[in-house]
Amino acid sequence: MSANVRNAVALSLRRRYARERRFRAYGFAAVMVGLLFLVVFFATIMENGVSALRQTEVVLPVFVSAADVDPKGDASRESLASGDYEIVIRDALARLFVDVRNRQDKRAVGALVSSESSFVLREAVLANPHIVGTQIELRVPASANIDMLIKGNVDRGLDASQRTVSDQQIAWVDELVRLNRIYLRFNSALFGNGDSRDPELAGIRGAFMGSIYMLLVTVLFAFPVGVAAAVYLEEFAPRNRWTDLIEVNINNLAAVPSIVYGLLGLAVFINWMSLPRSAPVVGGLVLALLTLPVVIISARAAIKAVPPSIREAALAVGASQVQTVFQHVIPLAMPGILTGAIIGMARALGETAPLLMIGMVAFIVDVPGGPMEPATALPVQVYLWADSPERAFVERTSAAIIVLLGFLFLMNLAAVLLRRRFERTWR
Amino acid sequence: MVRNLTTDSALDGAASDDLEQGAPRPHRVLPNSESVGSPFVKDPYFQAHSVNVFYGETQAIKNVSLEIARNEVIALIGPSGCGKSTFLRCLNRMNDTIDSARVEGTIMLDQQDIYDRSMDVVALRARVGMVFQKPNPFPKSIYDNVAYGPRLHGLAQNRADLDEIVHTSLDKAGLLGEVKDRLHDSGTGLSGGQQQRLCIARTIAVSPEVILMDEPCSALDPIATAKIEDLIDELRENYAIVIVTHSMQQAARVSQRTAYFHLGELIEVDGTDRVFTNPQHRLTEDYITGRFG
Repeated sequence: MSANVRNAVALSLRRRYARERRFRAYGFAAVMVGLLFLVVFFATIMENGVSALRQTEVVLPVFVSAADVDPKGDASRESLASGDYEIVIRDALARLFVDVRNRQDKRAVGALVSSESSFVLREAVLANPHIVGTQIELRVPASANIDMLIKGNVDRGLDASQRTVSDQQIAWVDELVRLNRIYLRFNSALFGNGDSRDPELAGIRGAFMGSIYMLLVTVLFAFPVGVAAAVYLEEFAPRNRWTDLIEVNINNLAAVPSIVYGLLGLAVFINWMSLPRSAPVVGGLVLALLTLPVVIISARAAIKAVPPSIREAALAVGASQVQTVFQHVIPLAMPGILTGAIIGMARALGETAPLLMIGMVAFIVDVPGGPMEPATALPVQVYLWADSPERAFVERTSAAIIVLLGFLFLMNLAAVLLRRRFERTWR
Repeated sequence: MVRNLTTDSALDGAASDDLEQGAPRPHRVLPNSESVGSPFVKDPYFQAHSVNVFYGETQAIKNVSLEIARNEVIALIGPSGCGKSTFLRCLNRMNDTIDSARVEGTIMLDQQDIYDRSMDVVALRARVGMVFQKPNPFPKSIYDNVAYGPRLHGLAQNRADLDEIVHTSLDKAGLLGEVKDRLHDSGTGLSGGQQQRLCIARTIAVSPEVILMDEPCSALDPIATAKIEDLIDELRENYAIVIVTHSMQQAARVSQRTAYFHLGELIEVDGTDRVFTNPQHRLTEDYITGRFG
């Protein structure tokens, strides 16, 4: 090799290596940018949402006056159930703050605790009727505005007209703090309740259960239908113009905007088949249609990836085609099929638009007891809360997002674990 | 015994008669030309007559007639793409799995047309086993690999029967000594040569009548190859074996008859000794002397 050839090679080599280094740097930078966004996203959500895990509660010294809670005076369950508990709570607050005299102040002091407080007391009395006529210490949730004040989300420096909490209320709360009667506790309402207009009572249980029922319907419908379709198309269907057409259409369906599926569900499941509105069963069916193309495409890919030599081996010892498919091809393709199905389900879990069309965006307080009962879903709940004006819904929105992400994370973990399990059995 | 059968029983003597009279050797393959040598045998078990195979528009096999006797090993040789594997796969209808493949002509197994409507393809494949180029054990235990066929066809009445079948099959395949302590380990954990013998054991576990082998040693090292070749020699006592091979030495070592394919046609078929020492066709001679292929 002559000297100038060697020089040329050395020169070009240096350039080539530089180019490779640059390329690697670009890739690394791209990954880092992605990671940065992810970290910022998670940090923001966490920062906003973690405070929703705790809720302010007030301990009230309540005198359960028989005159108020037992209008008939016979201490019967019926009588106790019809008692006026609101006045008892308001009296208890008035007794804490001696300066409360007029009706306006009484109303303002009553707004310190949640409107749920009278129900808390009622439940306590119904569970323990002998507390009527005695003095008890009752733990009640503070109202959302006071909750925000305690969590430091209310700017005390602002003019009183600019805040949701009056100067008087701030003074009362400070008094409660001094008396050690107000503190933050785990927010069990967030996980135990359905939706509510009052942020301190609003929970994601209803949406969570709605999502679970919906996914159940989706899995039960989309997985068997999708896998069966994939197996038929891949293993049994003749290759002709019709199957080509079907294949093209399946690929196209995967790209149809999800809201269109919502309209389809509205027209077919609700108008034509008269299934109930706002029900997880309809949502599940719509999401099943939405995920079917994904399930079919990924299952077909997994089936195609099974080496033909295994098929030939089974056929050559005299297995029929169905036996070959069910005893060899499907078990070997199962990890891939499951991965595709779970990714499809994860997509379905986060889907919002089609649910708006079928009425799952309604304000539903009750936790659904089954797939036929009205419900909403986690992403729709996020949407509803994000739309609410109350400051206290901001942190609850983030908390709902955290729960949704946790759910997704669990599903992906299940996908990984299932894949690993099946691969171990079959390798 | 087989040698006599095959060489002396040529029914189609025309071509070889011409050659013996000193006629010039054909240089090219003519359309619809007859094969040189003796494609027909006295007591045929497998008979292929005027077989044509098409993949869509392309014709992969052109008018091939070949008979196979019991207890013989016949080697199919020829350059790549000559149709020998395609022909082999016609014999147990593995070509059925290819949508575009179309088979014409008749193939008879023990006087039964295997492409007839009455012939069940699953039953046929139980009678005509196949060993592939790449060892393809199922990703299951060694035991389950061998037991798969017998279980499918209900060959064992109980567990003891099945154990017996698995053990004898592994024994016949010369693998039992190496694996008898780990029958429940995965079959894919074996070495390449062991895997191929496992595949042979799996094939003979269903007691086929004919075994087709599609280049069974091309993925193996010489030691594993030697073991498989010894095995083929032993299996000849019970089975007819059709083996496709790229190695002419292997064909010479294991087979009694050799058939030379070229571009989809069966050029020459005769006793192995004769094909390798005194080929009658110019193409055969060119191939075995290494002038092409």
